[in-house]
Amino acid sequence: MNLLETSKVECVRGDRPLVSDLSFNLRDGELLHIVGRNGSGKTTLLRTLCGLSRPNAGRIRWNSTDIHALGDDYRALLAYVGHANGVQGDLTAEENLRVATRLDNGTDTLVKGALERMGLTRFAHLPTKVLSQGQQRRLALARLLVSEKNLWILDEPFAGLDADSVAVMEDMLTDYLARGCMVVITSHQKIGCSAKATQHINLDS
Amino acid sequence: MALRRSTDVLTPLVFFVIVVSLFPLGVGPEPNLLSTMAPGVIWVAALLATMLSLSRLFANDYADGTLEQLTLTPHPLTMLVFAKILAHWLLTGLPVVLISPLLALQLNLQYENMGILVASLLLGTPVLSLIGSVGAALTLGLRGGGVLLSLLVLPLYTPVLIFGAGAVSTYALGMDVEAHLSLLTALLVLSVIFTPWVTAIALRISLD
Repeated sequence: MNLLETSKVECVRGDRPLVSDLSFNLRDGELLHIVGRNGSGKTTLLRTLCGLSRPNAGRIRWNSTDIHALGDDYRALLAYVGHANGVQGDLTAEENLRVATRLDNGTDTLVKGALERMGLTRFAHLPTKVLSQGQQRRLALARLLVSEKNLWILDEPFAGLDADSVAVMEDMLTDYLARGCMVVITSHQKIGCSAKATQHINLDS
Repeated sequence: MALRRSTDVLTPLVFFVIVVSLFPLGVGPEPNLLSTMAPGVIWVAALLATMLSLSRLFANDYADGTLEQLTLTPHPLTMLVFAKILAHWLLTGLPVVLISPLLALQLNLQYENMGILVASLLLGTPVLSLIGSVGAALTLGLRGGGVLLSLLVLPLYTPVLIFGAGAVSTYALGMDVEAHLSLLTALLVLSVIFTPWVTAIALRISLD
């Protein structure tokens, strides 16, 4: 049983305190939905959970070890999709996923399936800079499908997606949570997926 | 990756060729003068050409979020940075080294000095890419980062320039250049060991 444990975390952007005294425990199969106004610190909090930024105070632990002490071992088990898609415009969709799997020490076998699930098979051989915003977003999310991770950290994954893609994404989340993995997500809309337990954090209150 | 964007590769190279070609036009076609100036001119031009391409080293990856993803992969960032710098050198430094004998010919550098010119560039240009990567990482995401990058990096390039251009001039005078080349090699070894590590730290700071 894995446990992501956050105790009394405080995040600061510049001189502005954004998140303070935040504690939660997340276990396998659970979903954490973070909501809040624009600028309330959702992205900062997610980046802190990834280990990209350090919290100003408090600890974030994975199975009782600090995530910064785990370093590469922690990064090996998490996948992050941020505001920026992390898609290389000069490479094709398929190449983008292959690069991602290579960097993750994964295998290419899942690439075809991921493209199909995200409805990108027809565009797999086009340089991604000619794809639309929504298609690029789908490609960024397809990266989740080619990696075998325990924890997904998703920043507004539904932004720019059409209704069908939102449904696909929700299915993906349900499957993923059913496999006993955990998800931390920010989204302004309700998330239609089922999880063993869903926690909500509102950064405004 | 950069091969897909051929302009990124060609711009520094064309810049190098043009800068070097401007000198005979500017100072007049006096063969002796040109051949004394040749090592310095080629070295300064190589330095500026590297400089020109540095801002691109991480900027695109930073803008589209790829850099974020790279720092989140379970690999030492230092190794990934080293790979990026190596690719940068192969696509900007190496073409400059390869075309330099041709331009040296244009500046009336004696044929027997070509070998030492190429050798000094071969040892020196990787150092330029390596040191430059630190500056590129530090100025990432800043407005007016390009100018700041030059101000940061150009002073650090002076030792490379002195020993690189010095090696060719000294050799042309018929003296021993072992000291120059040894120092260049020392610079190369030191920067291969330390700069990727420092650049990785700077990138983490830029992304924070």
